[in-house]
Amino acid sequence: MSLLRLAYHFFRVGAMNELQYRANFFVQLLQSAVALAVGLIGLGLVFSHTSALAGWSQPELLAVMGVHILMGGVIQAIIQPNMMRLMQDVQQGTLDFALTKPEDAQVLISVREIRIWQLVNVLIGAAVLGVAIVQIGDRVGLGEGLIFGVALLLGGLMIYSFWLMLTSVSFWVVRVNEMVNLFEGVYAAGRWPVGIYPGWLQGLLTFIVPVAFAITVPAEALTGRLSGLTLGLAAAVALGLLLLARLVWQVGLRQYSGASA
Amino acid sequence: MLDYYWTVMKTAVMTQFQYRTANYFYMVGMVAEPVIYLVVWSMIAAAQGGSVGGYTPGALAAYYIVWTLVRNMNIVFTPYGWEWRIQHGELSAALLRPVHPLHFDIAYFAGWKLVVIILWLPLAAALSLIFRPELSPSWQGAITFALAIWGAYLIRTMLLWALGMITFWTTRVSALYELFFAAELLLSGRLVPMSLLPDWAQRLSSYLPFQWTFGFPIEALVGQLSPAQLLAGLGMQLLWIAVGGAAVALIWQRGVRAFTAVGN
Repeated sequence: MSLLRLAYHFFRVGAMNELQYRANFFVQLLQSAVALAVGLIGLGLVFSHTSALAGWSQPELLAVMGVHILMGGVIQAIIQPNMMRLMQDVQQGTLDFALTKPEDAQVLISVREIRIWQLVNVLIGAAVLGVAIVQIGDRVGLGEGLIFGVALLLGGLMIYSFWLMLTSVSFWVVRVNEMVNLFEGVYAAGRWPVGIYPGWLQGLLTFIVPVAFAITVPAEALTGRLSGLTLGLAAAVALGLLLLARLVWQVGLRQYSGASA
Repeated sequence: MLDYYWTVMKTAVMTQFQYRTANYFYMVGMVAEPVIYLVVWSMIAAAQGGSVGGYTPGALAAYYIVWTLVRNMNIVFTPYGWEWRIQHGELSAALLRPVHPLHFDIAYFAGWKLVVIILWLPLAAALSLIFRPELSPSWQGAITFALAIWGAYLIRTMLLWALGMITFWTTRVSALYELFFAAELLLSGRLVPMSLLPDWAQRLSSYLPFQWTFGFPIEALVGQLSPAQLLAGLGMQLLWIAVGGAAVALIWQRGVRAFTAVGN
């Protein structure tokens, strides 16, 4: 409970901070609109040459794109800014300020930053999803929607755990900025269902970087392809990753020597 | 002048070799984009009975592997960097020198490219082992490719310089840049080979410089262009270098007058 209250307060302060720069909202809106247009044109190009891609129809792939944009918005708005701040704090020794507070440090470093304008992408992703659902028709019911929500939440938790582990590497190797580039490249692969990739790449996108669980699995839930087994697996992997991330964070923290204050 | 180019390029090579790991991480991260396109279009080619827009999966593999080098040749001083240059007084220092600052950029990034090409070779070898490209270039095609990647580099340098110099008048330019880069992505042959675009888009792009910076160099090596087409392509590159150079000269002349020095 105190976690939620804490997150809410940080969210409020972050939002007030960014509300001072309203022009940025329009910059973000334009960027997102251009990205959306490029994505739609790409999808249109694909379907001007074929009628289905690995068994996915056009509206179904539109749903995948919606989840990709939505999850991308969550990552850019909440997960990535917090992790970048953590990276910077480790480099400069200013993590002291978080560690000396009377709350759990992992909770604290995970909710400190928010980029509210990035939430535009969450809205756009939701809108794209809405259009896709209307196009798919009555195959999508309440049950599918519910499972979709669960799968999306699990996916978000997995991405968070992955990012926390990646960032914790900075306790040993101080410069990890290049890895951010690498993550963005790999995340872009989630734009399409992972089933289309060759086997080794599917493995990488499922178990090394959990893009498959974060995007493809929720999209499968929505289009009625998801088996209970996969959902169970997703829950197990999410739990496993959360615990592992917690462990890596705690071990890493012991390496931290702080600013020589 | 040659002496100047030689010295700056040598400096760039030495500097960038120092940062080879960072350079490598960057290049590896960049590979994700073409691999995604390659997988999607290979799958479509297979579903369409073996080829799409004249490309078999093997030819697509060749296209997108050569893509990675051309993409690297396309990286020049970013228009977003002009704001930084002006704010930090870098431009004031450059203006004091007797050489036009454009020459520094051309020479420095060209030196960097030499490092990038060397770093690219093992990457291309690895990608070739994974994706099995089918490549049988003619010797004319190979020579044209070797020239065209530098032509592409010069065109893009001119275009982005012209674009970046708008910063002399206003810094609210990100909207313009976003639109420019999106148009470039779609109409250059970066997203898909030109022959996969609808006819009207192909016609539109024949009036634009984009395909000469991306699609043409790749097709010179991968596609089966006739010697006449290869020569015509190089001619178009020269034309766009000249147009870009004229635009840079014109905007620079006016821009420098609008420029107020900042910094030390």
